Amino acid sequence: MTTLEKKDISVVIDARGPRFSAAITVLVLAIALATQSLPLIAFQLAVFLIGATKGPQFTPYAFLFKNLIKPRLKGEFVPEDVRPPQFAQAVGFIFTVIAVAGLLSGATIVFTIATGFALAAAFLNAAFNYCLGCEFYLILLRARR
Amino acid sequence: MAQTTLVKSFLPILIVLGAATAYGLWYQKSRGKIQAKAISGKALTSAIIGGELGSRATLVQFSSAFCTPCRATRTLLENVVTELNDVRHVEIDAETNLELVRKLDIRSTPTTLILNNYGVEVGRAVGAPKRDQVLAALAAIK
Repeated sequence: MTTLEKKDISVVIDARGPRFSAAITVLVLAIALATQSLPLIAFQLAVFLIGATKGPQFTPYAFLFKNLIKPRLKGEFVPEDVRPPQFAQAVGFIFTVIAVAGLLSGATIVFTIATGFALAAAFLNAAFNYCLGCEFYLILLRARR
Repeated sequence: MAQTTLVKSFLPILIVLGAATAYGLWYQKSRGKIQAKAISGKALTSAIIGGELGSRATLVQFSSAFCTPCRATRTLLENVVTELNDVRHVEIDAETNLELVRKLDIRSTPTTLILNNYGVEVGRAVGAPKRDQVLAALAAIK
Protein backbone atom coordinates (compact mmCIF):
# COMPACT_ATOMS: atom_id res chain seq x y z
CA MET A 1 0.00 0.00 0.00
CA THR A 2 3.01 2.31 0.31
CA THR A 3 2.95 3.43 -3.34
CA LEU A 4 -0.64 4.52 -2.99
CA GLU A 5 0.12 6.54 0.10
CA LYS A 6 3.03 8.20 -1.68
CA LYS A 7 0.63 9.30 -4.40
CA ASP A 8 -0.95 11.78 -2.03
CA ILE A 9 2.28 13.64 -1.44
CA SER A 10 3.59 13.60 -5.02
CA VAL A 11 3.60 16.69 -7.23
CA VAL A 12 0.27 17.82 -8.67
CA ILE A 13 0.13 19.78 -11.93
CA ASP A 14 -2.63 21.22 -14.14
CA ALA A 15 -3.87 18.30 -16.30
CA ARG A 16 -4.57 20.69 -19.18
CA GLY A 17 -0.81 21.27 -19.54
CA PRO A 18 0.11 17.72 -20.65
CA ARG A 19 -2.95 17.64 -22.91
CA PHE A 20 -1.88 20.85 -24.66
CA SER A 21 1.69 19.52 -24.88
CA ALA A 22 0.35 16.33 -26.47
CA ALA A 23 -1.38 18.41 -29.16
CA ILE A 24 1.90 20.20 -30.01
CA THR A 25 3.67 16.81 -29.97
CA VAL A 26 1.13 15.49 -32.50
CA LEU A 27 1.96 18.38 -34.83
CA VAL A 28 5.73 17.99 -34.48
CA LEU A 29 5.68 14.19 -34.88
CA ALA A 30 3.29 14.32 -37.84
CA ILE A 31 5.57 16.74 -39.73
CA ALA A 32 8.63 14.70 -38.72
CA LEU A 33 6.93 11.53 -39.96
CA ALA A 34 5.98 13.01 -43.34
CA THR A 35 9.30 14.74 -44.00
CA GLN A 36 11.62 12.22 -42.29
CA SER A 37 13.30 15.21 -40.70
CA LEU A 38 16.21 14.39 -38.40
CA PRO A 39 16.34 17.84 -36.70
CA LEU A 40 12.61 17.67 -35.92
CA ILE A 41 12.60 14.14 -34.47
CA ALA A 42 15.80 14.95 -32.53
CA PHE A 43 14.09 18.05 -31.11
CA GLN A 44 11.08 15.98 -30.00
CA LEU A 45 13.45 13.44 -28.46
CA ALA A 46 15.02 16.24 -26.38
CA VAL A 47 11.54 17.42 -25.29
CA PHE A 48 10.59 13.88 -24.22
CA LEU A 49 13.91 13.55 -22.36
CA ILE A 50 13.18 16.69 -20.32
CA GLY A 51 9.61 15.51 -19.72
CA ALA A 52 10.71 12.07 -18.60
CA THR A 53 13.57 13.16 -16.33
CA LYS A 54 12.68 16.62 -14.96
CA GLY A 55 8.92 16.29 -15.43
CA PRO A 56 6.31 17.19 -18.08
CA GLN A 57 5.84 20.63 -16.50
CA PHE A 58 9.39 21.65 -17.52
CA THR A 59 9.28 21.05 -21.29
CA PRO A 60 9.23 23.92 -23.83
CA TYR A 61 5.61 23.00 -24.59
CA ALA A 62 4.69 23.33 -20.92
CA PHE A 63 6.42 26.73 -20.94
CA LEU A 64 4.17 27.80 -23.85
CA PHE A 65 1.13 26.48 -21.98
CA LYS A 66 2.01 28.35 -18.80
CA ASN A 67 2.72 31.67 -20.47
CA LEU A 68 0.42 31.77 -23.48
CA ILE A 69 -2.46 29.34 -23.01
CA LYS A 70 -3.19 29.11 -19.30
CA PRO A 71 -3.79 32.86 -18.75
CA ARG A 72 -6.43 32.71 -21.50
CA LEU A 73 -8.25 29.63 -20.17
CA LYS A 74 -11.48 30.29 -18.31
CA GLY A 75 -11.98 26.85 -16.76
CA GLU A 76 -10.69 25.80 -13.39
CA PHE A 77 -7.36 24.18 -12.55
CA VAL A 78 -7.63 20.44 -13.18
CA PRO A 79 -5.33 18.67 -10.71
CA GLU A 80 -3.32 15.71 -11.93
CA ASP A 81 -0.57 13.63 -10.36
CA VAL A 82 2.61 14.36 -12.30
CA ARG A 83 3.65 10.71 -12.58
CA PRO A 84 1.19 9.43 -15.24
CA PRO A 85 2.17 12.09 -17.82
CA GLN A 86 5.82 11.62 -16.87
CA PHE A 87 5.46 7.90 -17.64
CA ALA A 88 4.00 8.81 -21.04
CA GLN A 89 6.96 11.12 -21.72
CA ALA A 90 9.34 8.26 -20.95
CA VAL A 91 7.51 6.00 -23.40
CA GLY A 92 7.69 8.76 -26.02
CA PHE A 93 11.41 9.11 -25.34
CA ILE A 94 12.03 5.41 -26.00
CA PHE A 95 10.12 5.52 -29.31
CA THR A 96 11.95 8.66 -30.50
CA VAL A 97 15.34 7.13 -29.59
CA ILE A 98 14.48 4.17 -31.83
CA ALA A 99 13.23 6.58 -34.53
CA VAL A 100 16.45 8.64 -34.49
CA ALA A 101 18.56 5.47 -34.55
CA GLY A 102 16.54 4.22 -37.52
CA LEU A 103 16.95 7.45 -39.44
CA LEU A 104 20.69 7.72 -38.75
CA SER A 105 21.33 4.12 -39.80
CA GLY A 106 19.22 4.46 -42.94
CA ALA A 107 16.55 2.05 -41.69
CA THR A 108 13.68 4.31 -42.70
CA ILE A 109 11.05 1.68 -41.93
CA VAL A 110 12.24 1.57 -38.29
CA PHE A 111 11.95 5.35 -38.14
CA THR A 112 8.46 5.29 -39.63
CA ILE A 113 7.12 2.60 -37.27
CA ALA A 114 8.66 4.10 -34.11
CA THR A 115 7.54 7.63 -34.96
CA GLY A 116 4.12 6.25 -35.90
CA PHE A 117 3.67 4.70 -32.44
CA ALA A 118 4.80 7.89 -30.70
CA LEU A 119 2.38 9.90 -32.87
CA ALA A 120 -0.47 7.49 -32.10
CA ALA A 121 0.14 7.79 -28.34
CA ALA A 122 0.34 11.60 -28.45
CA PHE A 123 -2.80 11.79 -30.61
CA LEU A 124 -4.75 9.47 -28.28
CA ASN A 125 -3.69 11.62 -25.34
CA ALA A 126 -4.65 14.89 -27.03
CA ALA A 127 -7.92 13.75 -28.62
CA PHE A 128 -9.24 11.14 -26.16
CA ASN A 129 -7.54 12.04 -22.87
CA TYR A 130 -5.87 8.65 -23.13
CA CYS A 131 -4.01 7.40 -20.05
CA LEU A 132 -0.99 5.47 -21.37
CA GLY A 133 0.22 4.50 -17.89
CA CYS A 134 -3.22 3.04 -17.05
CA GLU A 135 -3.21 0.78 -20.08
CA PHE A 136 0.39 -0.36 -20.34
CA TYR A 137 2.21 -0.09 -17.02
CA LEU A 138 0.53 -3.14 -15.50
CA ILE A 139 0.95 -5.16 -18.71
CA LEU A 140 4.68 -4.36 -18.65
CA LEU A 141 4.95 -5.35 -14.98
CA ARG A 142 3.04 -8.58 -15.59
CA ALA A 143 5.26 -9.46 -18.55
CA ARG A 144 8.49 -8.74 -16.70
CA ARG A 145 8.11 -10.55 -13.42
CA MET B 1 9.34 13.51 -58.33
CA ALA B 2 9.70 12.43 -54.73
CA GLN B 3 13.32 13.55 -54.48
CA THR B 4 12.52 17.18 -55.21
CA THR B 5 9.83 17.48 -52.55
CA LEU B 6 10.42 17.77 -48.83
CA VAL B 7 7.41 15.62 -47.96
CA LYS B 8 8.18 11.93 -48.44
CA SER B 9 4.67 10.61 -47.86
CA PHE B 10 1.48 11.47 -46.04
CA LEU B 11 0.46 7.82 -45.98
CA PRO B 12 2.01 6.96 -42.57
CA ILE B 13 0.16 9.89 -40.96
CA LEU B 14 -3.15 8.78 -42.43
CA ILE B 15 -2.66 5.18 -41.30
CA VAL B 16 -1.58 6.17 -37.77
CA LEU B 17 -4.34 8.72 -37.21
CA GLY B 18 -6.99 6.41 -38.68
CA ALA B 19 -6.00 3.46 -36.50
CA ALA B 20 -5.58 5.65 -33.42
CA THR B 21 -9.02 7.20 -33.92
CA ALA B 22 -10.67 3.78 -34.17
CA TYR B 23 -8.85 2.61 -31.04
CA GLY B 24 -9.61 5.90 -29.25
CA LEU B 25 -13.33 5.62 -29.93
CA TRP B 26 -13.37 2.07 -28.61
CA TYR B 27 -11.36 3.23 -25.59
CA GLN B 28 -13.77 6.03 -24.80
CA LYS B 29 -16.79 3.76 -25.15
CA SER B 30 -15.47 0.81 -23.15
CA ARG B 31 -13.73 2.56 -20.26
CA GLY B 32 -15.77 2.91 -17.11
CA LYS B 33 -18.55 0.60 -18.28
CA ILE B 34 -19.59 -1.99 -15.72
CA GLN B 35 -19.65 -5.48 -17.22
CA ALA B 36 -21.87 -7.93 -15.38
CA LYS B 37 -20.20 -11.26 -14.68
CA ALA B 38 -21.84 -14.63 -14.40
CA ILE B 39 -21.34 -15.84 -10.85
CA SER B 40 -18.83 -18.60 -11.31
CA GLY B 41 -15.56 -17.35 -9.84
CA LYS B 42 -14.19 -18.24 -6.45
CA ALA B 43 -15.03 -16.03 -3.50
CA LEU B 44 -12.48 -13.46 -2.38
CA THR B 45 -11.90 -13.18 1.35
CA SER B 46 -10.92 -10.17 3.42
CA ALA B 47 -7.49 -11.80 3.86
CA ILE B 48 -6.97 -11.89 0.09
CA ILE B 49 -8.02 -8.31 -0.60
CA GLY B 50 -6.49 -6.92 2.57
CA GLY B 51 -9.62 -5.19 3.78
CA GLU B 52 -12.97 -5.93 5.33
CA LEU B 53 -15.83 -7.09 3.09
CA GLY B 54 -19.11 -5.22 3.13
CA SER B 55 -22.11 -7.15 4.52
CA ARG B 56 -23.93 -6.74 1.19
CA ALA B 57 -21.29 -5.74 -1.36
CA THR B 58 -17.65 -4.68 -1.72
CA LEU B 59 -16.00 -2.42 -4.30
CA VAL B 60 -12.43 -3.61 -4.87
CA GLN B 61 -10.40 -1.02 -6.75
CA PHE B 62 -7.01 -1.80 -8.30
CA SER B 63 -4.81 1.27 -8.72
CA SER B 64 -1.28 2.11 -9.81
CA ALA B 65 1.09 5.06 -9.68
CA PHE B 66 0.96 6.01 -13.38
CA CYS B 67 -2.81 6.31 -13.45
CA THR B 68 -4.67 9.61 -13.60
CA PRO B 69 -8.30 8.37 -13.25
CA CYS B 70 -7.42 6.21 -10.20
CA ARG B 71 -7.65 9.22 -7.92
CA ALA B 72 -11.07 10.27 -9.22
CA THR B 73 -12.28 6.67 -8.96
CA ARG B 74 -11.15 6.49 -5.34
CA THR B 75 -12.96 9.74 -4.52
CA LEU B 76 -16.16 8.51 -6.22
CA LEU B 77 -16.20 5.07 -4.61
CA GLU B 78 -15.32 6.40 -1.14
CA ASN B 79 -18.18 8.81 -1.54
CA VAL B 80 -20.59 6.06 -2.65
CA VAL B 81 -19.84 3.84 0.35
CA THR B 82 -20.32 6.62 2.91
CA GLU B 83 -24.00 6.61 1.96
CA LEU B 84 -24.35 2.82 2.06
CA ASN B 85 -23.32 1.25 5.34
CA ASP B 86 -23.50 -2.33 4.01
CA VAL B 87 -21.03 -1.63 1.17
CA ARG B 88 -17.27 -1.20 1.55
CA HIS B 89 -14.53 0.16 -0.68
CA VAL B 90 -11.08 -1.47 -0.70
CA GLU B 91 -8.22 -0.05 -2.78
CA ILE B 92 -5.37 -2.35 -3.77
CA ASP B 93 -2.01 -1.25 -5.19
CA ALA B 94 -1.68 -3.41 -8.32
CA GLU B 95 2.09 -3.01 -8.43
CA THR B 96 2.73 -4.62 -5.05
CA ASN B 97 0.04 -7.28 -5.49
CA LEU B 98 1.02 -8.77 -8.84
CA GLU B 99 0.08 -12.31 -7.84
CA LEU B 100 -3.50 -11.26 -7.17
CA VAL B 101 -3.48 -9.09 -10.31
CA ARG B 102 -2.52 -12.13 -12.39
CA LYS B 103 -5.02 -14.38 -10.67
CA LEU B 104 -7.90 -11.97 -11.27
CA ASP B 105 -6.58 -11.02 -14.73
CA ILE B 106 -6.40 -7.28 -14.05
CA ARG B 107 -4.83 -5.69 -17.13
CA SER B 108 -5.14 -1.96 -16.56
CA THR B 109 -5.91 0.54 -13.83
CA PRO B 110 -8.25 1.56 -12.43
CA THR B 111 -10.16 -1.75 -12.47
CA THR B 112 -13.01 -2.06 -10.00
CA LEU B 113 -14.52 -5.39 -9.03
CA ILE B 114 -17.99 -5.51 -7.54
CA LEU B 115 -18.28 -8.34 -5.04
CA ASN B 116 -21.51 -9.68 -3.56
CA ASN B 117 -21.98 -10.56 0.09
CA TYR B 118 -20.13 -13.86 -0.41
CA GLY B 119 -17.12 -12.05 -1.88
CA VAL B 120 -17.85 -13.39 -5.37
CA GLU B 121 -17.28 -11.03 -8.30
CA VAL B 122 -20.56 -10.07 -9.98
CA GLY B 123 -19.34 -7.14 -12.05
CA ARG B 124 -16.21 -5.37 -13.22
CA ALA B 125 -15.45 -1.88 -14.51
CA VAL B 126 -12.22 -1.14 -16.38
CA GLY B 127 -11.49 2.59 -16.22
CA ALA B 128 -13.21 5.20 -14.06
CA PRO B 129 -16.85 4.11 -13.56
CA LYS B 130 -19.84 6.44 -13.55
CA ARG B 131 -21.62 7.12 -10.29
CA ASP B 132 -25.13 6.13 -11.45
CA GLN B 133 -23.82 2.89 -12.95
CA VAL B 134 -22.08 1.96 -9.69
CA LEU B 135 -25.27 2.70 -7.75
CA ALA B 136 -27.35 0.66 -10.20
CA ALA B 137 -24.95 -2.30 -10.01
CA LEU B 138 -25.01 -2.14 -6.20
CA ALA B 139 -28.81 -1.89 -6.13
CA ALA B 140 -28.98 -5.13 -8.12
CA ILE B 141 -27.19 -6.97 -5.32
CA LYS B 142 -29.66 -8.09 -2.70
